[in-house]
Amino acid sequence: MAGVTFEHVSKRFEDTTAVDDLTMVIPDREFLVLVGPSGCGKSTVLRMLAGLETITGGEVKIGDRVVNHVPAKDRDIAMVFQSYALYPHMSVYDNMAFSLTLKKMPKAEIKRKVHEAAELLGIEALLGRKPRQLSGGQRQRVALGRAIVRDPAVFLFDEPLSNLDAKLRVQTRAEITKLHQRLGTTFIYVTHDQVEAMTMATRIAVLSAGRLQQLGTPQEVYAEPTNVFVAGFIGSPATNFFRGVVRDEGEGMSIDTGDFKLRVNPGRQAPLKDYIGREVIAGVRPEHIHDAAYQPADTETDELDVQVDVTEMMGNESLLHLVAGQSKLLARVDPRTKARPGEPLRIAIDTTELMAFDPETELALR
Amino acid sequence: MASRTMNNSVPAAEERPAAGGRLRGLLARMPLHLVLLGFMLLWSLPTIALLVSSFRAPQEISASGWWTALTPPWDFTWNNYDAVLNQRGMGRAFINSLLITVPVTFLVLLVAAMAAYAFAWMQFPLRNTLFLVMVALLVVPLQMTLIPVLRLYTQLEIDAEMPIIGGRIFGTNSYAGIWIAHTAYGLPFAVYLLRNFFGALPRDLFESAYLDGASDVRVFFRIVLPLSMPALAALAIFQFLWVWNDLLVALILLGDPDMAPMTLRITNLVSSFGSQYQLLTAAAFVSMAVPLVIFFALQRYFVQGILAGAVKG
Ligand SMILES: Nc1ncnc2c1ncn2[C@@H]1O[C@H](COP(=O)(O)OP(=O)(O)OP(=O)(O)O)[C@@H](O)[C@H]1O
Ligand SMILES: [Mg+2]
Repeated sequence: MAGVTFEHVSKRFEDTTAVDDLTMVIPDREFLVLVGPSGCGKSTVLRMLAGLETITGGEVKIGDRVVNHVPAKDRDIAMVFQSYALYPHMSVYDNMAFSLTLKKMPKAEIKRKVHEAAELLGIEALLGRKPRQLSGGQRQRVALGRAIVRDPAVFLFDEPLSNLDAKLRVQTRAEITKLHQRLGTTFIYVTHDQVEAMTMATRIAVLSAGRLQQLGTPQEVYAEPTNVFVAGFIGSPATNFFRGVVRDEGEGMSIDTGDFKLRVNPGRQAPLKDYIGREVIAGVRPEHIHDAAYQPADTETDELDVQVDVTEMMGNESLLHLVAGQSKLLARVDPRTKARPGEPLRIAIDTTELMAFDPETELALR
Repeated sequence: MASRTMNNSVPAAEERPAAGGRLRGLLARMPLHLVLLGFMLLWSLPTIALLVSSFRAPQEISASGWWTALTPPWDFTWNNYDAVLNQRGMGRAFINSLLITVPVTFLVLLVAAMAAYAFAWMQFPLRNTLFLVMVALLVVPLQMTLIPVLRLYTQLEIDAEMPIIGGRIFGTNSYAGIWIAHTAYGLPFAVYLLRNFFGALPRDLFESAYLDGASDVRVFFRIVLPLSMPALAALAIFQFLWVWNDLLVALILLGDPDMAPMTLRITNLVSSFGSQYQLLTAAAFVSMAVPLVIFFALQRYFVQGILAGAVKG
């Protein structure tokens, strides 16, 4: 068991910089999820920690030990691969026992540990089989089991659920979370699925183009994104962004996009004072736009008339594609909405949740 | 035919065209099968002729064509085999062939597999350059190397009797000498083939094994070798055949008749006793027996090996 520290870590392949000056402290017992779009360097971060990739610059520590030059086999790390990487010629039992036999553990103890892990994962009946005789979900469990028997200092997962069907994914997600609580070991988990990130993580690290954008709890990255990228990446469907000029006239402060005006809630006005008369980027999450007829009672909203373009009824909610002049908005509204394509609709935007960003640096204004 | 079945009940109408379809398919493929059969016969004709002749007496061989033996009266004889195996030292030559071929095959497989593993999965300076040089050796004709190798062997000669198997310890007329020569000639292709096969094994498996605490040696023996059985078996067959059928290298490096392999013996049969055609045919078949046994023993892997290589690239 150990925490992990990245200090100014970078990784360059010939001409690409995959990871750029990454500094991140991961305390012991954390469930950290690395999330970001494809190619942003998530796997590279994990592989540098595992010792599968050399480190171009900076230091990686496991506990207090700098591991830059420690070979993978001596790092005491277990990793679950997307492909599971089970040894195809070995039985499930031998797959799980492999690392223990290499450690020269007594046979009886190996047997006890393998059976313990198999029981935990419900794969005891499969121990005699070869990987090719297993379903995808079963292979995934064996891969987990192979990691568990080792009692490693850190568990690494590289998109372990992406080969499973939707239902199994939800189920396994919960099981991995339970496993983390039970083992109390540091977990570092890579995914590009932000739902996985939000549901499993104790903290989320959002990466983009090799750079750490934000490190925080799921609530923090959702409610207080540090920049436009994080605001757009976390949350589904994605945040609506508008460029608009900040005005402070008569009835109070507002952001004027040209197509409509968004009133700025008094609680959110302070950081915008320096931007009066200048452009900012405003962000509104789809779930903070309501059908005015069905808006929640306890928030402060600003009402607006728009045109409905497309409606997607999901049963528990409805997605509305809306048009206001040149601007397009996506709203996630109460399913009782009467909105019909081509007809006008009055919407209510929750002003307490309005986000604003600097147009040049794209950093959040707060 | 089809129009007549139209009047029948529905299930029968469905069955009949199916049966007719199979027949039609067979008929349609008939020309292809005939052509294949023709080629097969043409291809194996010399071998069949050799086989038939090997069971005939010398005077018959010179008097009539081999095909006349196929019609009665049959008077086949074991005499040729008897003469070859017992009276011409061919038994010793057979053992010599095994003494040369088996160790060489193992050496090539072991050394090539280790080299291929390093080329495919280990990081070291000049890895690609060295591999390229190795592959480039494939184009060097074996004949060009014979004289330099011969001179080298005479210089490095260790002129003492090798225990058990005989011959010198090293140099010409030594088993060790011909083992090393054959191994060296076999390595470029073997390394090339195995490197490509190993390189196509999934990287995740290796990384997983490293993280499980395995060293390169462990990964090699516990992961790579078991997974590469098809490629290794295919290579073993090729290598065995090449060395077993080699005449040139044996001719140059093994002058001692007591050490000569079968190929050398068989050619000597021709030259030293005029054309003892009947002995030649029997000897050729004795020499073919072992490769055939090896081939049938490993052919499951052999066929699989080629396919596996083709799919994995
Ligand atoms: N061995 C390599 N050689 C050269 N470039 C590489 C290598 N491995 C990764 N890269 C590059 O580094 C960048 C980051 O790759 P990485 O695999 O870490 O992305 P990722 O975030 O895991 O993406 P994904 O979600 O698709 O798995 C990419 O631009 C990739 O092309
Ligand atoms: Mg990846």
